[in-house]
Amino acid sequence: MKETVSSVVIKKEWDIVGARQAGRQLSQELGFGSVDQARIATAISELARNIYLYAKEGEISFEELYDLPKVGLKIVARDKGPGINDLSAVMQDGYSTSGGLGAGLPGVKRLMDEFDLVSDEEGTKVTAIKWARP
Amino acid sequence: MNLKELVLENSDEIVSRWVEKQGNHSLQDYSSTISNDMIKQMNHEFADIIISSLKEGGANLENLDDFAEKVVNLGWPFGYITEGLQIFRTESIKFVLDQQGTENKEEFIYVMDGINEWIDPLKTRLMNQYSANWNNIISLQKLALEELSAPLIPVMDEITVMPLVGTIDTDRAKLIMENLLSGVVKNRTDVVLIDITGVPVVDTMVAHHIIQAAEAVRLLGATCILVGIRPEIAQTIVNLGIDLSQFPTKSSLKKGFETALEITDKQIVSNDDKKEDVEEILDAIGKE
Repeated sequence: MKETVSSVVIKKEWDIVGARQAGRQLSQELGFGSVDQARIATAISELARNIYLYAKEGEISFEELYDLPKVGLKIVARDKGPGINDLSAVMQDGYSTSGGLGAGLPGVKRLMDEFDLVSDEEGTKVTAIKWARP
Repeated sequence: MNLKELVLENSDEIVSRWVEKQGNHSLQDYSSTISNDMIKQMNHEFADIIISSLKEGGANLENLDDFAEKVVNLGWPFGYITEGLQIFRTESIKFVLDQQGTENKEEFIYVMDGINEWIDPLKTRLMNQYSANWNNIISLQKLALEELSAPLIPVMDEITVMPLVGTIDTDRAKLIMENLLSGVVKNRTDVVLIDITGVPVVDTMVAHHIIQAAEAVRLLGATCILVGIRPEIAQTIVNLGIDLSQFPTKSSLKKGFETALEITDKQIVSNDDKKEDVEEILDAIGKE
């Protein structure tokens, strides 16, 4: 059983905060612990910042997952940006084209339980899922 | 009788119809928190302004501006103004047409134009003023936030604390860096404690800025200690794979401060201890 809950458009830097707060609230409602809430908020922050930095514009959407008894939160970050040239490089720690720490995407993969990255010239889609521990 | 005179002469009637129709749809979401008296009073004021602007052949700008400001300060929605004016327009046209009993199309257009000519400038002015007031509030708050965003507190000689509360964005990160570096030089600081207890999320960007700031502080010859790292933040930092090993970190400001005292070769001595010492000495003297 799936249900699309909400989505946040990322255009300005402050939209990152909006997306993060929406995600944090949802994860709270779904019963995630405080550490997982922080993980989810941080992952959203990374994904939203990537959209803002590289694609300028995009969207973060949230989906509540009910695979009872498991409950989870699915985060999808979509943009129509230039796409990622080297998919294996971005998943390596320390790789960055913007002078950052280069820990964003590999970090998100470690913060979440499931992670998927698809990218071509038409844009990028990152899907990440976190399951709540019962 | 011309249009203006007709409306003015019957302004009481039109206003009372307006008040009835006004119904305050736009306030419905708020109505539980706004008293009826308040709404009545504002409606009354609103009507006064509309009528007096017609009387004087032009809007009294000051009154209009005051009214718009009042609506903003009350936190009432934009819709209160636009809806109010729309209803007033409709009621006036209806009233005039009723009075003249006209079926003539041209006359109808003449009445509508006359009333629009009177209401439209009012509407424009009120809307502009409303949004200007709103923008003013936002820019003031932004300024106030900026003042709060990167405070540097010298707690004693050589030790300074920078408590960070809230979200850190790029602008704020720049401000933090500037304040930190100029403060370190100005206060001749040896140890700076950056407290991130109030920072909700530490992602790679925030961590990057903190690392850069700490590195810059190190270049100035001072030490930077990161304090207030909550357990969940510690876990996310590890998950992200961020290396914060170049500078000391502590869980709380208290522990960080103790380390800062050690580094600057200071000690906090309790007065009670001294008293006891003195008493001991006195005792010892007494025994002799």
